[in-house]
Amino acid sequence: MTAPVPKPTLASRAPDVAFIFKKALISALVALVLFSLMIGIRTEAGPAGQLIYLTRFGDLAAIVAAVFGGSIIVELLRRWWGPVGTIRIVPPSVQSTLAVLRRAIAPVLLIFTLLVPVIFYDQRYILDLGILVLTYVMLGWGLNVVVGLAGLLDLGYVAFYAVGAYSYALLATNFGLSFWVCLPLAGILAAFWGVLLGFPVLRLRGDYLAIVTLAFGEIIRLVIINWQSLTGGPNGVSGIPRPSFFGIPLTPGDDGLAAKLGIEFSPTHRIVFLFYLILALALLTNWVTIRLRRLPIGRAWEALREDEVACRALGINTTTTKLTAFATGAMFGGFAGAFFATRQGFISPESFTFQESALVLAIVVLGGMGSQLGVALAALTMIGGFELFRGLEQYRMLVFGLAMVLLMIWRPRGLIGHRAPTVFLKHSQAISSDLVKEGHG
Amino acid sequence: MDYFAQQLINGIVLGSIYGLIAIGYTMVYGIVGMINFAHGDIFMIGGFIALISFLILVSIGLTVVPVILLIVLLVSMAITALYGWTVERIAYRPLRHSFRLAPMLSAIGMSFVLTNYSQIAQGARVKPVPPIITGGYTLFDRDGFVVRLSNVQIIVVITTIVLLAIFTWLVARTRLGRDMRACEQDQTMAALLGVDVDRTISMTFVIGAALAAVAGMMYLLYYGLVDFFMGFVAGIKAFTAAVLGGIGSLPGAMLGGLLIGLIETLWSAYFSVEYKDVAAFSILIIVLIFLPTGLLGRPEVEKV
Amino acid sequence: MSGKNILTVDRLLMRFGGIVAVNDLSFDAERGKITALIGPNGAGKTTVFNCITGFYKPTSGAMRVMHDDGRDIQLERLNDFRISKLAKVARTFQNIRLFPGMTALENLMVAQHNALMRASGLTFLGLIGAPSWRSAEKRAIDLARLWLDRIGLLDRADDAAGNLPYGDQRRLEIARAMCTEPALLCLDEPAAGLNARESASLSELLLSIRAEQGTSILLIEHDMSVVMEISDHVVVMDYGVKIAEGTPDHIRDDPKVIAAYLGVEDNEVAAVEQELGL
Repeated sequence: MTAPVPKPTLASRAPDVAFIFKKALISALVALVLFSLMIGIRTEAGPAGQLIYLTRFGDLAAIVAAVFGGSIIVELLRRWWGPVGTIRIVPPSVQSTLAVLRRAIAPVLLIFTLLVPVIFYDQRYILDLGILVLTYVMLGWGLNVVVGLAGLLDLGYVAFYAVGAYSYALLATNFGLSFWVCLPLAGILAAFWGVLLGFPVLRLRGDYLAIVTLAFGEIIRLVIINWQSLTGGPNGVSGIPRPSFFGIPLTPGDDGLAAKLGIEFSPTHRIVFLFYLILALALLTNWVTIRLRRLPIGRAWEALREDEVACRALGINTTTTKLTAFATGAMFGGFAGAFFATRQGFISPESFTFQESALVLAIVVLGGMGSQLGVALAALTMIGGFELFRGLEQYRMLVFGLAMVLLMIWRPRGLIGHRAPTVFLKHSQAISSDLVKEGHG
Repeated sequence: MDYFAQQLINGIVLGSIYGLIAIGYTMVYGIVGMINFAHGDIFMIGGFIALISFLILVSIGLTVVPVILLIVLLVSMAITALYGWTVERIAYRPLRHSFRLAPMLSAIGMSFVLTNYSQIAQGARVKPVPPIITGGYTLFDRDGFVVRLSNVQIIVVITTIVLLAIFTWLVARTRLGRDMRACEQDQTMAALLGVDVDRTISMTFVIGAALAAVAGMMYLLYYGLVDFFMGFVAGIKAFTAAVLGGIGSLPGAMLGGLLIGLIETLWSAYFSVEYKDVAAFSILIIVLIFLPTGLLGRPEVEKV
Repeated sequence: MSGKNILTVDRLLMRFGGIVAVNDLSFDAERGKITALIGPNGAGKTTVFNCITGFYKPTSGAMRVMHDDGRDIQLERLNDFRISKLAKVARTFQNIRLFPGMTALENLMVAQHNALMRASGLTFLGLIGAPSWRSAEKRAIDLARLWLDRIGLLDRADDAAGNLPYGDQRRLEIARAMCTEPALLCLDEPAAGLNARESASLSELLLSIRAEQGTSILLIEHDMSVVMEISDHVVVMDYGVKIAEGTPDHIRDDPKVIAAYLGVEDNEVAAVEQELGL
């Protein structure tokens, strides 16, 4: 008889334990040094206005312990799950089920969205959340044209949002123009601004383009804050008229829509109308993007992202191609901005910070560049996730930042891992996002 | 004329601070080709660490100013360098071979984390400190306008010069500097030749962070306050300085910093204070459009 | 009046800082013929290509394309994309530059961008789905299908270009360049990395392009079997200057060429030639 194979004993796994322990200890020590002063000590304004400090060693100890424990957990997870990017074989039966589910998601989601105001008619909170999510979906779809399709790194998208919002606000409050007149104007102004901004900078590469667009976004915000005579400065513009139902106001009076339809007035009407309005705008953005992808201009955008040099060699004017992507994205941003202004009734420069640009960019990247469905899901996830932080608003940015870092490490290609071709001879095969380039600006 | 001289002095001091931060940007961009969006916030953290160190030292009874300054300098450099190292390890190293956008978004995320972390840890209000270094020299006193060179200003400029000298020597003469320059040119080849690329890149971030910490401490001494949001704008201005000087060039970063500091100070003095940030951002755009390689940079030819 | 030549390069000089990459180069490429540009590595061949196709601005010198209809186009004045669009000069690259995330078919559709843009009325006709647009799109797909068939990739039309084997990618890049319907096709080392069988089929493809489309071809190549088999005219460069030009047979025996490539004693040339199969 052959000797029995020895079972792996605890001792043979001991090096693992020692290694994990050592790693956790180092992490804890690093955390101790990092947090010693910032968390261990809290500076406050003292009674005489000078700076005093309090010690918070308890908090410090707790956090260091958490880092220690967390480090152990992460190491264990890493060993169990395998390194990031491990390919897992999915059995064919599961694969086909997944494929069916995947095709079903978009229509199901759309139908659900259409029915939200019906299902949640009385829950103002949900309707407001829905409007917020849809606004970001639209912004995401708009930026998707620039970043996802054309591969241009735009960190200043909020500028177009602001231009749209302030255009509508100022046109409506100063000239009394209705929303439906101002909406296209807002889009045109934003697009015009996009061309103006884009023209000098679009030949810059990747990172440089990103920071220049960031600078532009900040410039817009600073100009808005400081040009008080035009924009009201930090006080913003208030009294922005609410939209009417194609001319019929949504008010309780006799000339209101409720009276005309013979139903009882409720403030929810306006919310429902706003919900369907942003949904319509978002779907318009989506439809235009999908159509444009199948047209030469959209294909040129994607080719630009794949390889700009090859585009030039094929006779494509890369400057105008980039400009059209930029302008189109800007236009949708402008529409969203106008909607934002009319929904709030009041706008101020505080709504148009760099954090907004970063949020929309995160939505686009998380969604998987160029994927419409992915962007929608990402917006839902992020904004929904943000809402969960009601009450913990202090920590929102911290968690958002950490989430961005983790997402980039874990799934840099976003949720949707493939690209759908726009024309095919026999059948449309999804292209894995490993092959799709991300663009160099 | 005297007013101009005073602005000149102020501008050089401000410029030194920007230059110290800009060096971090330029070194990192040179070696890994990414804009470290979190670097401005490292500067802010450095300022906070300096602030807290000051408080503690003063409260335990230390009164000898040069000793305090030295201890604070070393402590804030050390701890902030560790912050820089940690950020690189957590947020950038795993993404080194990923696609372009990943490290950028990770950096932006890290920037938010650091800003928010300061806000939570120390509160959202601006933290003022009484002037630690006082006194100075009156240079000119004509027609009622006094041109002063304060001790703080002297210390800032001298510290900057000393550090610049040390790090220029480091890059030019030591093994680490050579490794850094090798990694800048060709990482793969450097690795094949035995350069520890990971360690070299880490050291680059560490050095950048240490210099940013000094800048933070100088800022605290000079302006007497820190706040959790100061990293964002200072970061963009310092990056502008790095680009203006020529990205990848150490003396360029310093030169760019001085220029930005001067432009900002003179603009605030002669035109408008509110739009001074707009002026700085506009310079960034103008430089990138018309002079993308900066003043001291080398022109790149695109290889097809 | 359209002459014998499609391309005339006249005293081309390209300087990068202190380095002179191309020094006073002049040659002609005949219409409807295949001209090869050969030379050791670093001779400046790709630099010449980049000048002709507008990726570098030459320090001095002129390059002229003469079309069938008599139009003369000065290349050194045009921006890169205009050279493809107006001068009808197409190129491929030393390191394949396909659009890897797009299918083979999509790659060929992108090549027809300018024609399709016009047909789509700058997108607007396309947005509303006008019939004129639809038929233009169909024609474009048909042209793409034709070329895919010609290079034997018709059954892989819907596969991502990045997933295709190397040899197929090379041929796809050539097909893509041909979809711009150029008068002059510039190929930068099209046989690089191809085995003997693939090189032979490449030669066949290029000869058929010359025969059926009448496109003039200018190619950089190191693979001598391809060069010898298909070229009508060969220009040899070394250190940025032209050292010889003539028919393939002529330059094969040219001692300057041999010295440039091989740098051996004359009495060893024969043995080495045999070894190389020249």
